[in-house]
Amino acid sequence: MGARRYLLSKILQALATLLFVLTFNFFLFRVLPGDPIGLLARSQRLTDADIAEQRATLGLDQPLPQQYVTYVGQTMTGNLGVSLRTTKPVTEIIRSPLGPTLLLVGLGTLFATVLGILIGIKGGWERGSRFDTSSLYGSLVLYSMPEGWLGMLLLITFAGILGWFPAGGFETGGETGMARIVDIANHLFLPVLTLTLGYIGEYAIIMRSSMVDTVNEDFVTIARAKGVPERAIRRDHVVPNAFLPTFTLIFLSLGFVLGGAVVVEAVFSWPGIGLLTYNAIKTLDYPVIQGVFLLSSAAVILCNLIADVAYGYMDPRVREA
Amino acid sequence: MASAGPAVERRSARSLIWARRRAAMGVHWRTFMRNRQGRIGLFVLCFFGVIAVVGPFLVPASSIDPATAPGVPLQPPSLAYPLGTDNFGRSVLSLMIVGTRISLVVGLTAAFGAILIGASIGITAGYFGGTKVDTALNAFTNWFLVIPWIALAIALSTILGPTLFNVILVIAVTSWASTARLVRSQALSVKERPFIERSRALGAGHWHLITRHLLPNVFPVLFANAVLMVALAILSETTLAILGLGDPNAMSWGRIIEEAFTAGALSAGWWWWLIPPGLAILAVTLSFTMVGYALDEVLSPRLRER
Repeated sequence: MGARRYLLSKILQALATLLFVLTFNFFLFRVLPGDPIGLLARSQRLTDADIAEQRATLGLDQPLPQQYVTYVGQTMTGNLGVSLRTTKPVTEIIRSPLGPTLLLVGLGTLFATVLGILIGIKGGWERGSRFDTSSLYGSLVLYSMPEGWLGMLLLITFAGILGWFPAGGFETGGETGMARIVDIANHLFLPVLTLTLGYIGEYAIIMRSSMVDTVNEDFVTIARAKGVPERAIRRDHVVPNAFLPTFTLIFLSLGFVLGGAVVVEAVFSWPGIGLLTYNAIKTLDYPVIQGVFLLSSAAVILCNLIADVAYGYMDPRVREA
Repeated sequence: MASAGPAVERRSARSLIWARRRAAMGVHWRTFMRNRQGRIGLFVLCFFGVIAVVGPFLVPASSIDPATAPGVPLQPPSLAYPLGTDNFGRSVLSLMIVGTRISLVVGLTAAFGAILIGASIGITAGYFGGTKVDTALNAFTNWFLVIPWIALAIALSTILGPTLFNVILVIAVTSWASTARLVRSQALSVKERPFIERSRALGAGHWHLITRHLLPNVFPVLFANAVLMVALAILSETTLAILGLGDPNAMSWGRIIEEAFTAGALSAGWWWWLIPPGLAILAVTLSFTMVGYALDEVLSPRLRER
C-alpha cells in the first residue's frame, strides 16, 4: 500500500467512526428510554400542550429516518441544540471552556508522557535495578489511584493546610499582563500536577514493558556483537523501536485522560469542558451532555487519526500491512 | 463422573483432560505463589473479600441510616469512632465496611460483563477471521476503542438513571473493546494451529471447535485480562460516583468520596471522611493489578523468562 492510499484509508476510517458516533448519539437520546421529551420531563414539569409544542420544535413528529437526516445536517453545520438550563445554543456554551480544558489536558498529557517515557526508558534498560523496581512500584501505585481523590488530597494539603496555591478556579481576576499569566499558572499548577501524577505511571509502565521487549530482539544482540557502544544501542536501536507501540497506546489512552480531566476540573472548579459536564449532569442538561459527547469523541478521533498518520511515517512497515 | 466402580476405573477422555488441567493448575498455583507481588495482592484481596462477606452483618443498618445515626456529626477520629463521623453523624468506619461489598460487587460484575461481551465478540471475530463478520466486528470494536469512555459513560448513565445495575451496565458497555481485540488476536493465532484442522477433519462443528478448542486456549490470556479489568472497573466506578452518577442508595467507596466532596470536605478540611475510601480503592485496585500482572507471568511462559 502506498503512502497515499494509507493516508486515505485512515481518513476514511476516521470519518466512519465519526459517523458511527453521530448515529449512536442520535439513537442514544431518541430510542433508549423515551425520547428527548421524556428526558426533558424528568428535569422539569411539562403540560401536555408543552410536550406537543416541544415535539414539533424538535421535529420529533417526523418519521425517524427523516429526523436522522435533519439531525446529521444540523450537527454538521454546528447546530447542537439548545441548553435546557440556560436556553443558550450548546455550540456557544461549549466554546468558552474549550481553552482552559485544552490548556489543562495539554499540559497534563505533555508532562505525563514525557516524564513517563523517560522513566520507562531508564527502568526498562536497567531492568531489575533499584531504580527500576522502585519506579515500577511507584507507577503501579499512581496508576491505581483515583485521579479525583488524588486531586482532593493535593488540594487539602497544598491549598488548604499549607496555603501555597489557590483552592480552585482559573484566575483571581483583576490582574493584567504578566501578573495575570503568573496568576493563571498558579491556579493551573495543582490540577496539572494531579493529571500528570495520575497518568505518569501508566505511560512509564507501557514504555518500560516495550523497552524490555525490544532489548531481547535479535538486532540488539547483533548491534552488541558488532561492538556498538551501549549508549548508542540504547539511543539508536532500542528506544526508537520501543517508542513505536507506546506512541499508539498514548493516543488510545487520551480518552482516559479526558475522563480524569472531567473529575479534576470538578474538584478544582477549573472552568473547562469537564466542569461544564459536571454541572450539566447535576441539572440533567441533556443537550449539553450530548454536545460534550460529540465534541470529545470527535477530538479523540482526530487525535488518533493524526497518530495513525504520524505512525505511518515513522514506521514504514505499517503502511505495507 | 458417575463411575462408582472398583479400584481400576475406566476413564473417559474428559476425565483425563480434567485430571491434566488440575495438575496444571497446581503447577500454576505454585508458580503464582512464588511471585511476591501476586502473593501480597492476593492476601490484601482476601482481607477485603472477608470484610465484604461478613462486614454488613457487623454493622447494624440503623447506624448507617442518616436518620438514626448514633454519632455527633463531623467529629475527627476518636476511640468510639476510629475514622470519625460524617455530616449525619454516621461512623465513617461503618460506611467503609458496608461500602466494601458494594465496591467489590460492582467491580467484579462490571468486569465480568465487559469480559463476557469482549470475549464473545473477540472469539467470533477471530474464529471467523478474514470474513465479512470479522471485518464488521473489528470495525465495531475499533469504534468503541476510540470513543472516549467517559463521554459515553456520562451520556449513557444520565439517560439510564442512577441505579447500581445501570452503573455496572455502563462500565461493562464502555470497557469491553480492549478485551475483544486481545481475544481476537489470540483466537486468530490459535485457529491456525494444526489441532484445529485435525479436529475439523474429524467432523467438529463451529460450536465444538469454539468451546472445546478455542476457548480453553484463549482462557489463560483472558483470565489475566479479567483480573486487570476488575481494577479498571473499580476505578471507573469511583470516577462515575464522584461525578454524581452513582446509585444514591448504594454506599460504595466512590460514593463516600462524592458525599464528602459535595458536603464541602475540601474547604472544611474533613480529611478523615475523604482519605479512607480513597486508600481502600487504591489498595484494592493495586492488588488486582499486581495479581493480574503475576497471573500474566504465570500463564504466559514467554514473560517468565524475562
